[in-house]
Amino acid sequence: MTTTLILAIGVLVVLASVYVSWRAGRLDRLHIRLEAAQAALDAALLRRAAVSLELAGSRILDPATSLVLAAAAHEARTSGPEEREHAESDLSKTLRAVVDQERFDEKLTEHLAGPALMKELDTAVAKVVYSRRFFNNAVAVTRRAQRRWLARTLRLAGHTDYPQFFEIDDAPPESLAAE
Amino acid sequence: MKIGIVCPYTWDVPGGVQAHIRDLAEALIADGHDVSVITPAAEDAPLPSYVTSAGRAVPVPYNGSVARLAFGFLSANRVRKWIREGRFDVLHVHEPAVPSLGVLACWVARGPIVATFHASYERSRAMSVAAPMLQSALEKINARIAVSDAARRTLVEHLGGDAVLIPNGVTVSRYAEATPLPGWGPDGGVIGFLGRMDEPRKGLPVLLEAFSLLAPERPGLRLLIAGPGDHDDVLDRVPKQYRDRVGLLGMVSEADKVRAYHSVDVFCAPNLGGESFGIVLTEAMSAGAPILASDIPAFRRVLGGGQAGALFATGDAAALAEEAARLLDDPGRRAKLSDEARHAVRKYDWSTVARDVLRVYETAAAADAGVVEDVA
Repeated sequence: MTTTLILAIGVLVVLASVYVSWRAGRLDRLHIRLEAAQAALDAALLRRAAVSLELAGSRILDPATSLVLAAAAHEARTSGPEEREHAESDLSKTLRAVVDQERFDEKLTEHLAGPALMKELDTAVAKVVYSRRFFNNAVAVTRRAQRRWLARTLRLAGHTDYPQFFEIDDAPPESLAAE
Repeated sequence: MKIGIVCPYTWDVPGGVQAHIRDLAEALIADGHDVSVITPAAEDAPLPSYVTSAGRAVPVPYNGSVARLAFGFLSANRVRKWIREGRFDVLHVHEPAVPSLGVLACWVARGPIVATFHASYERSRAMSVAAPMLQSALEKINARIAVSDAARRTLVEHLGGDAVLIPNGVTVSRYAEATPLPGWGPDGGVIGFLGRMDEPRKGLPVLLEAFSLLAPERPGLRLLIAGPGDHDDVLDRVPKQYRDRVGLLGMVSEADKVRAYHSVDVFCAPNLGGESFGIVLTEAMSAGAPILASDIPAFRRVLGGGQAGALFATGDAAALAEEAARLLDDPGRRAKLSDEARHAVRKYDWSTVARDVLRVYETAAAADAGVVEDVA
């Protein structure tokens, strides 16, 4: 009788710990996925700023356009974590104002390096849109997993922060075919 | 002279640079010169006959706020066409470090170019990135003007090089005559103040303290305050029983501002410092208001060392109260100060300032055969 009870409790304990470690493992995998998504987003944003700066410094544009673009790209690249969403949104707005000028494409193709730079910018802008979406997906899933009763009670997430969404205006210029 | 002036900001939105250009252009025209201004403007904006539109300005984030600027190939082409057809003796660009028509004009033109710098920043991230990009455009500028010491300092720090200082002018005739505001003076008891109420350096608290000292023994004494800021913060500094003698106008229109200058017996400028010129003071002088100002260097200079307006020890409410009482009790002295102010301010009239600017034009254009399109 007692043996059966002890056995039953033992089985329950084993099952419970298997379940908990499975949940913990899942949360861990989610955190790893989130970190990867964050790295991809960071790379995409940096790349967009770098291409913007290169376009601004290329002498293809008029100096006023170059200045507006360089200032926005510089702000985006150097902003701290607190200001980053704001600065990146500003860069998106500036890129729209710059690229959606009338006859912008036409002017750009007059230059040797123009088309290649535009292609690079097009890719960079699209990748910001994609990587941000994937990152925010990862944030949402991780948040749900962290909020579960078991995860909260047993502190399965350990010391990791509650992940934050990255909310910016990343609408691409109309003349670039992103999405 | 045939003068081409380039305005970087949209004409239909009021601003300091636009007002400066309008007043300068009109003073130069009155002096017999041939002036054309190119500026961004909304399509339906009414423009004076001497103004040419370079098209609409686009709102973009710049230097921490959203600015309406004109950039791009189309704007550059319009400026190019304007320069080609204008055949100017001298080109005068404003704010060439701002990504708008000013820098575009430097880019597409060759010949005598004069530039005026208006803005002052403590530190500008945009400017530090911009400096190397601006270099080739800014190198074409033959003569540089700064409108204030602060603007000159900004220029030296961010772009290097120096500039001559020619402050903003005041259009004296615009302030000379006006009907007082209804219910106000001059009746022997009104002290006036104009400026941001919540900007400590404008010194309003000093005046409020002096008012509270004088109010008990002078039942006819009233305070007329015009300018943006929180009304309650101001009234909190005045004892309850005298609050109904304080009139707060808030932000006023240009016309009401002129009327306010004509509604006071004493106009008080209690600034604690930081003022490089004192545009408010020159406006009050143009209106012939008897002035009582703090003894900061800029005010002492504008008021001819105390000839054209009384001075009191900066930040000292008791000294302000004492001097204000003396002025209010002496209509003869007020009339004399008013006359002296109207006379002294002529030095700051746009016609005088425009003459200084013209000297810069002549210096810049001396060795050159006029402005042409830069095709390179």
